[in-house]
Amino acid sequence: MAKNSNNNALAAPAPSFWRDPEKRAIVYQALVLAFMAWLLYSIVNNTATNMESRGLASGFGFLTSSAGFGIISTPFVPYTEDSSYFTVFLVGLVNTIIIAFVGCVLALLLGFIVGIARLSSNWLVQKIATFYIELFRNVPLLLQILFWYSAVLKPLPGPRELHEAGEAVFFSINNRGLIFAEPVGQEGFQYVWYAFFAAIVVSWLIRKWANARQMQTGQQFPTFLVGLGLIIGAPLLTYLFMGRPLEFVPAEMSRFALRGGVTVIPEFVALLLALVIYTAAFIAEIVRAGIQSVSHGQTEAASALGVKPSHRMRLVVVPQAMRVIVPPLTSQFLNLTKNSSLATAIAYPDLFSVFAGTTLNQTGQAVEIMAMTLAVYLTLSLLTSAFMNWYNSRIKLVER
Amino acid sequence: MHPVKTIALSVALAASAGMAQADETLDAVKSKGFVQCGVSQGLPGFSNPDDQGNWTGLDVDFCRAMAAAIFNDADAVKYTPLSAKVRFTALTSGEIDVLARNTTWTMSRDSDFGEFIGVNYYDGQGFMVPTNLGVSSATELDGAAVCTNTGTTTELNVADYFRANGLNYTVVAFEKADEVVAAYDAGRCDVYTTDRSGLAAQRTKLSKPDDHVVLPEIISKEPLGPLVRHGDSQWADVGRWTLNCMINAEEAGITMENVADMATSADPNIKRILGADGDLGSKIGLDNAFCANVVAAVGNYGESYDRNVGPDTALKLDRGVNALWTDGGLLYAAPQR
Repeated sequence: MAKNSNNNALAAPAPSFWRDPEKRAIVYQALVLAFMAWLLYSIVNNTATNMESRGLASGFGFLTSSAGFGIISTPFVPYTEDSSYFTVFLVGLVNTIIIAFVGCVLALLLGFIVGIARLSSNWLVQKIATFYIELFRNVPLLLQILFWYSAVLKPLPGPRELHEAGEAVFFSINNRGLIFAEPVGQEGFQYVWYAFFAAIVVSWLIRKWANARQMQTGQQFPTFLVGLGLIIGAPLLTYLFMGRPLEFVPAEMSRFALRGGVTVIPEFVALLLALVIYTAAFIAEIVRAGIQSVSHGQTEAASALGVKPSHRMRLVVVPQAMRVIVPPLTSQFLNLTKNSSLATAIAYPDLFSVFAGTTLNQTGQAVEIMAMTLAVYLTLSLLTSAFMNWYNSRIKLVER
Repeated sequence: MHPVKTIALSVALAASAGMAQADETLDAVKSKGFVQCGVSQGLPGFSNPDDQGNWTGLDVDFCRAMAAAIFNDADAVKYTPLSAKVRFTALTSGEIDVLARNTTWTMSRDSDFGEFIGVNYYDGQGFMVPTNLGVSSATELDGAAVCTNTGTTTELNVADYFRANGLNYTVVAFEKADEVVAAYDAGRCDVYTTDRSGLAAQRTKLSKPDDHVVLPEIISKEPLGPLVRHGDSQWADVGRWTLNCMINAEEAGITMENVADMATSADPNIKRILGADGDLGSKIGLDNAFCANVVAAVGNYGESYDRNVGPDTALKLDRGVNALWTDGGLLYAAPQR
């Protein structure tokens, strides 16, 4: 044998089946695939068998039955007790998306401000930011939610202590929430919207023109101020010109509570405050780390070129810091979205509370409801990730 | 954490390969040596832990009675406190053997979640409001905010009632009973609604219990009772006859004190109940003297009622419809013969 293989050394004989890495890889892949298929099959099979042996119904037919219970807050989705469980799902979904979106935007703003304040040369500002971060980052989120809800919002006076029966109320903060008059657009109000959208388009065109001009001539144009002026000014002027076609319909004090108007429920406020303040503390640290990752030489070089301090931060440091900031920022957005399911502790009707909670309890369709709920959180998280990855690829360092 | 718990239960349901088949619960309970009983997270009079972690209440007495019937040891019980939301999942997934958690017997629950084995408290849903609101009837509650529990029949009844009467309302639904009481106490809502026994129990937790009044309307039938998993009729029989035993014992005048003497009674009915005659207990896999053991350990239904929710307790609930049928109430247990 040894002689033979020596003789054929140059001809490189085909290795035996088990010594060929490619064939071996195929075998391993097939084995892993078969194992995964078996695992999946046995999970599904076990679930079906167990559910059958316990007499549990399966399927999604329950989604069309009427829910029969009330929900405190159902923005954008028309809901009554006669609505189906699927409508409950939509209500929960919308409430989750609202809290996640508003929460992410506000947490980003607050986090950026605190993160920059943390690096301030002003001793007091810097210490306050440090104190804020260390306090809120280290207290459990659930505790913070309960604190805002039970210790801050619930002890507010009730509407009966503030208002007489029959009183028209334009603005009120009480333990039933934040209540203000409902703006109702009258004849001609649509022109205000037109003016608003037109102003956005015009601002965008101006920005394009100003950028092109700066590239060619180096002349600068106050794009931001002009754009802001247009977007606020144009609708405002139209509004005044059309004879103020907006009526504020006040809430009216009934025997028990304020009726009409727009109500922001305290559960929403408490959850939002807790999520924003908690997440902003993490974002602040990410922002600080990002800014500190930009070499101090960049700041000095900008100063040497005569760039003024406000531009130095905005045009030189922050764009470079964003490369470091964005990836961990994505994780914080995902955390905030998933943490919003803690709403169930304080009666805010998010998806987890009304669908994975109440609906699950009424129908007992645990597997289906949990699968739908998991799918929603997964989809929301993947969408957030996809957006942030797109943004990241736009701002990342262009290497030549 | 409940979110985690719910997911864990669903996963357990998916993963546990074909355990707990029909007619096995009693054997399984006997071999592990205790009854795993699902109770509330703290409802005075029904199932409530004291500061040493000892559970008391009408539902707890039922769990203890089952343990006495099976092991002749009323302490052979382990308690699982459950929110209204997760209680049925805990039962169907096999985490608990019996659910005695002031749970209303309805047709959909009987078909979806388990088998109700009787009624241990006849209740009805009521409303509580602060006295200074000046409300004397539920029909005046138009526009009120109502605090209640998620995942209860209460939540559905209140929706039905307000719709049927054309009244507007806002519902604020919490998962834990304690959170509902705290929110109502803080004025987050004008009305607190739950079963009337629950109102009496939770009232003791308010900061000023005397400043609140229970409205006269009873808007629903709430027969509260224990339930077991579907498909195990032997185990259901054990529960059913434990409950019937307590009621029959009261009817026959057998009490915790006289149960030992009663065994030698000449009354054939009493002899059958206490197992001195016949083999009724062994037919459902228990000792023939199971009922004597139950009464010796926890007393008859009336004793349990008086000890936990009766007029001498903080709840101050009269027997009312929960009296024996011989006293004009609804309690009527099938005979043990």
